Amino acid sequence: MIPATFDYVRPDSLADAVSALSGGGEDAKVLAGGQSLMPMLRVRLSAPTLLVDCSRLSELRGISDDGDAIVIGAATPHHDVMHDPLVMAHAPLVARTTAMVADPATRHRGTFGGSLAHADPAGDLPTVSLVLGAQMVLAGPDGRRTVGASDFFVDYFTTALEPDEILVSVRIPKLGVGWGYDYQKFHRTAQAWAIVGVAAAVRRENGTIAEARVGLTNMAASPGRAAATEAALVGAAATDDGIAAAAAHAADGTNPTSDLHAKADFRQHLARVLTGRAVRVATGV
Amino acid sequence: MTATVEHTANIGRPLRRTEDARLLTGQTQWTDNIKLPGVLHMTLVRSPVAHARITSVDKSAAEAMPNVVAVFTAADLGELNARVPCVWPVTDDIVMPEFPALAIDEVRHVGDVVAAVLATDAASAEDALEGVHVEYDTLPAVGDMEAALAEGAPLVHSSAGTNQCYTMNMPCGDYAAAKAAADVVVSRRFIQQRMIASPMEPRAVAVSPMGTSGELTIWSATQVPHVLRVLLALSTGIPENRIRVIAPDVGGGFGSKLQVYREEILALVLANKLGRPVKWTETRSENMVATHHGRGQIQDVEVAATKDGILKGLKVTLTADMGAYLQIITPGIPLLGMFMYNGIYKMDAYDFSCTGVFTTKTPTDAYRGAGRPESTYAIERIMDELAAEIGMDPLELRRKNWITHEEFPYTTVAGLTYDTGNYEAATARALELFGYDEMRAEQKRRRDSGDVVQLGIGISTFTEMCGLAPSRTLGALKYVAGGWENCTIRVLPLGKVELVTGTSPHGQGHVTAWSQIASDVLGVPVEDIEVIHGDTARAPYGMDTYGSRSLAVGGQAILRAGEKVVEKAKLIAAHQMEANPDDLEFVDGAFRVKGDPERSTTIQAVAFEAFTAHNLPDGMEPTLSGESTVDPADFSFPHGTHLAAIEVDTETGKATVRKYVCVDDVGVQINPMIVEGQVHGGIAQGIGQALYEGAVYDDDGNLLTATLADYLIPGAPDLPSFITDSTVTPSTTHPLGTKGVGEAGTIASTPAIINGVVDALRHLGVTDVTMPATPETVWRTIATAQSGAQA
Repeated sequence: MIPATFDYVRPDSLADAVSALSGGGEDAKVLAGGQSLMPMLRVRLSAPTLLVDCSRLSELRGISDDGDAIVIGAATPHHDVMHDPLVMAHAPLVARTTAMVADPATRHRGTFGGSLAHADPAGDLPTVSLVLGAQMVLAGPDGRRTVGASDFFVDYFTTALEPDEILVSVRIPKLGVGWGYDYQKFHRTAQAWAIVGVAAAVRRENGTIAEARVGLTNMAASPGRAAATEAALVGAAATDDGIAAAAAHAADGTNPTSDLHAKADFRQHLARVLTGRAVRVATGV
Repeated sequence: MTATVEHTANIGRPLRRTEDARLLTGQTQWTDNIKLPGVLHMTLVRSPVAHARITSVDKSAAEAMPNVVAVFTAADLGELNARVPCVWPVTDDIVMPEFPALAIDEVRHVGDVVAAVLATDAASAEDALEGVHVEYDTLPAVGDMEAALAEGAPLVHSSAGTNQCYTMNMPCGDYAAAKAAADVVVSRRFIQQRMIASPMEPRAVAVSPMGTSGELTIWSATQVPHVLRVLLALSTGIPENRIRVIAPDVGGGFGSKLQVYREEILALVLANKLGRPVKWTETRSENMVATHHGRGQIQDVEVAATKDGILKGLKVTLTADMGAYLQIITPGIPLLGMFMYNGIYKMDAYDFSCTGVFTTKTPTDAYRGAGRPESTYAIERIMDELAAEIGMDPLELRRKNWITHEEFPYTTVAGLTYDTGNYEAATARALELFGYDEMRAEQKRRRDSGDVVQLGIGISTFTEMCGLAPSRTLGALKYVAGGWENCTIRVLPLGKVELVTGTSPHGQGHVTAWSQIASDVLGVPVEDIEVIHGDTARAPYGMDTYGSRSLAVGGQAILRAGEKVVEKAKLIAAHQMEANPDDLEFVDGAFRVKGDPERSTTIQAVAFEAFTAHNLPDGMEPTLSGESTVDPADFSFPHGTHLAAIEVDTETGKATVRKYVCVDDVGVQINPMIVEGQVHGGIAQGIGQALYEGAVYDDDGNLLTATLADYLIPGAPDLPSFITDSTVTPSTTHPLGTKGVGEAGTIASTPAIINGVVDALRHLGVTDVTMPATPETVWRTIATAQSGAQA
């Protein structure tokens, strides 16, 4: 289909982009890689009056080392992120998960920040950013502010971004030695969205689990942590049985949606199964 | 084989497809790319509800929008609102409701069309849809077929007084007696879910009323330009000689473009009415609801056998979903499988019956295989269930019952005569490639250890029928068309060749394969042959492409037309060399006097002589060409053995195809590379039905799988690398010994996959899995079986 009519600007600087966005009011939208927005425009699910194209802003691209964290520019394409040496060295969970996003064509166009700002509940990278304690750097007319991942994702397709703010970069703390990672994405075809996804980061000390973070994709309107499982894992033996006992609580307190691909009880079952698998991989069991 | 095919230099060669360079580099002409000066872009106001009375249509806002030229409703069109045709009234008392191009008073499925908008640009036409305000008085949706047949059910067509379209029965032998003589009776209900073909190119049509002879030229992304011409003339009343249909490059069809669609009718009548070109291109969203669906059947299947596994009889009771209206061959689709439910097996009796039902859903019609995938699924699934019931290896059960290669030609219980086949040879080769015994051993190890991932082996020993023909058989089945095919071959003055075919490719590689046949018959290089197709002005006669008929039927016409060219050329050559025609031999494009190698001439030289006509035999007409219209003697029957190793994750329910081996026998192969490609694509499509695809409606008749994010089609990453091989048992009904391959993979693979899924889980108490076997479905099936086992 053909999108409804809209105005289009491609500013040369972040400052110009912010002012274009704030001048556009409530119905202005940021266009980055367009991999989520363009389909919504084409089926007329979204009809913004102004698109501010940020895909070529150099300030929003690239990956840098910032001491105890790496910083990923919001408009860095997935393909660049998953092959970046800094990401592979300090946030391999991001590299591993990004490789599971959509398909190569989409990964060349789609951007890391775009998939976070889009906040699809079935998105993989929001969960990973939550588990890794990412910090989102936002720019608006009044300057910049930083929002933690746990506050950034608000609801279905809704983030802490104000209509006149742009996601500039994402700061991902380096987790240091002793941590293992995994992301289990359950979907029906390779290019499909996650029915359920589980991100796990585990620090092992001797034979036990010292720290554990488990994030759930598509089990709620926005990514969440499996708190009961995390609590049960800390101090647990790094064994199949120890992990299985903790994973049995992965869906506690969740109220996932029922749709064409899975009813709620199947999603909860998958959350438990995938949590067990992700934690086992992350723990090296 | 006939005498003129003296060598087979090109038949059998895996030539790269000559059309691919053009297709892959975008040097193409898709219907949507055709630019017509002054064209009006058409968009359609579609019903958002499954069933409703139209209480009012207010189009004033749309008419006032920029660039909008006109908005038409059924009332505006009046007499021009032609009916969408159905040409297969399968029974004498079939209910055939009218299907107007624009809905009159009532809409009957989501996507039904209420109004047509014309604007000078595509975006304005799209915008104007929001300016047409339709008010609906909702009527009950009719979704479930069995509920639709119940007394007092809401009616899809109130004037019909029933939701039953037709019912028919074909008893072959005495099934009751066969059942009485059996030790074991196994029955199952299988569901053939609705499928959405989803070709890469959606539909499109463009009509110009400015032909140089005053004709209306229609470009359409269709499989059937010739059929379309005839039926558009019948439907609209526009004389057929004023209609020219061109199918330019067409990007896939899978049966969904074997149709006469309301959009084609509307574009034609509106272009004719306004005297301006009109163009419409389907959106993907429209494709999901407006292009016909496939399958949609409930199959109640019962098989009766002795305890030693000798088949006695088979009973099949179908309930077939017509959807809201009958389209070109909607009622006949389930019946295309009618003669094939017995598969490759011998039995005493077979009883088939089918009831067609109207529902408030998108009409159904042909989808790759059309009837034969359904029949193959039923017999191959029930054979596995019978094997399990009597504790026999499913391959052993098949061996006990299949027609052995010495028994051909064999007239089956359903009355067809299979000309040739060798099921033993194909199966032996498949087992070798598959490593059957080792796979069974691994399966046992996994079962014994309680592995989370269980292994199943799926078997499908299928046959099918290709090339709907001869015409008199189709007539006996009340099909309102013939089964012949036409070809004209012209050798031009300078020796290049035009091959005009009535078949109409949409991705199959006909240009290459047809050139290979003609090259061998005429003795000219493949690159000297231009294949002309898909244009009723350039190729006036044809029955188009569907049902794996293009080679099975069209190939015969090519051969015969080429032979006629050679026969004529031989007379000219003999005349000019002052030799007796019987003393000439024709080798590699040259006519030679036997025993006198100095005296020879080429077919190209003869073509020039035929052009100048200075020295032709008395009474011979100038030019060198040959035309043939062939009505084949019978169907051809490809067969094969497909084996699938399926891994099922019993925790998540996800089924994965680990290994897939198939050995197909499609007779003599013109181009083995094209054969392999057809098999690959067909298997993928059949796996799609088994594991991934299916149109899902809610209780209100809304299509839930309305985008390709929800209607999941497998891609290359989801599938293993298929291991394909073939045996060659030449068809005796086809002069080249060929059969057909367009649908074989799709027909064979679906039951192989589901048999594999069930085999992986049988020890858990699972005896069937509904398609598509999604993770959730499999997970719930295991859970149900286990709770049943514990209870």
